[in-house]
Amino acid sequence: MITALESTQSFVLLRLGERRFALAASQVAELVAPSRIFRFPHRSPALEGVVLRRGRMIPVCDIAERLTGKKLTTSRFFLLATRKFGGQLDWIAIPVSGDCELINVDMMEAGSNDSPHVAGWLSHGGEVIEVLRLAVVTPGPAQHEGGAGSPAYAEARP
Amino acid sequence: MNPPSAARGPQPRTEQIILFRVSSHLFAISSASVQEVRSVDNIAGLARDLPDSTIRKVRHSIRRGDRTLYIVNAALHFGLQPEPAALVFFLRRTRTALLVDGIEKMTTMSRLQALSLAFQGEERNWYRGLTALDQAVIPVVQPEGFLSLAELTLLEAAQLAADTRLISAETSGAQVQ
Repeated sequence: MITALESTQSFVLLRLGERRFALAASQVAELVAPSRIFRFPHRSPALEGVVLRRGRMIPVCDIAERLTGKKLTTSRFFLLATRKFGGQLDWIAIPVSGDCELINVDMMEAGSNDSPHVAGWLSHGGEVIEVLRLAVVTPGPAQHEGGAGSPAYAEARP
Repeated sequence: MNPPSAARGPQPRTEQIILFRVSSHLFAISSASVQEVRSVDNIAGLARDLPDSTIRKVRHSIRRGDRTLYIVNAALHFGLQPEPAALVFFLRRTRTALLVDGIEKMTTMSRLQALSLAFQGEERNWYRGLTALDQAVIPVVQPEGFLSLAELTLLEAAQLAADTRLISAETSGAQVQ
């Protein structure tokens, strides 16, 4: 017997190439036009650089290659989303290739056979859509549990 | 009407920084961390070769008082294509003399944003964080991040080998005379 928990929540549907995925709306902060990506040397290959948005420097992570096998050649928007590591909220900008849509639907929880990046499944417009676990598809600390960590902003000190 | 001054919050503390160039990239460093800036030409005669160095970014050392500092090529440290370096920063409270291409300017930063947790590589040791200046994002380097303890141990061994070789060459030279 298959047991599935369903709960009605808000989700943002996003397009990566030919496929659509969903994120819990509570994780999505904003959808913005692509802006200049500032690049500097680093060793986190999943990140392209950072964008500057209202004084906040947000890393850009193209998750399309990991999820669809193809890098996005053009991005129409950046979806600004948040992940929570311990008590710390961490922002990330995800390039998406089409319009995003806010929907309210029931989510079927992921099963034990699903990939770790799948939080659940949605049925919408004749499609079955993966709900993404953002902390799994984007880079972050290996330990997602833990203390509050260092503050996101520090006053400059001589 | 202006609010009374007592109602204003505390002024943000600022920090003097030096913006410097390495292979076309801009970086910032706290000016308080830089003890001295010298031109490469100026120290050329003082630098000693470290032929046994296994650390690619360090090929020379320099004596400063009773301490040996290791000359770190910033471009190689950051994995960039090296260009002819023009300046050396002697970093305070470290064993690092940093080879850079040039200074862009000195300025002030009022906010340092910690590196996002999405950055999980060596950059967490390289940078104190990021700052935004004139609508650009500049990484602020961590002076202690240029040489790890393990690298310093290897460099000390290379320095010892170079010193031993020099002493034995001088001794054999003296015997020939």
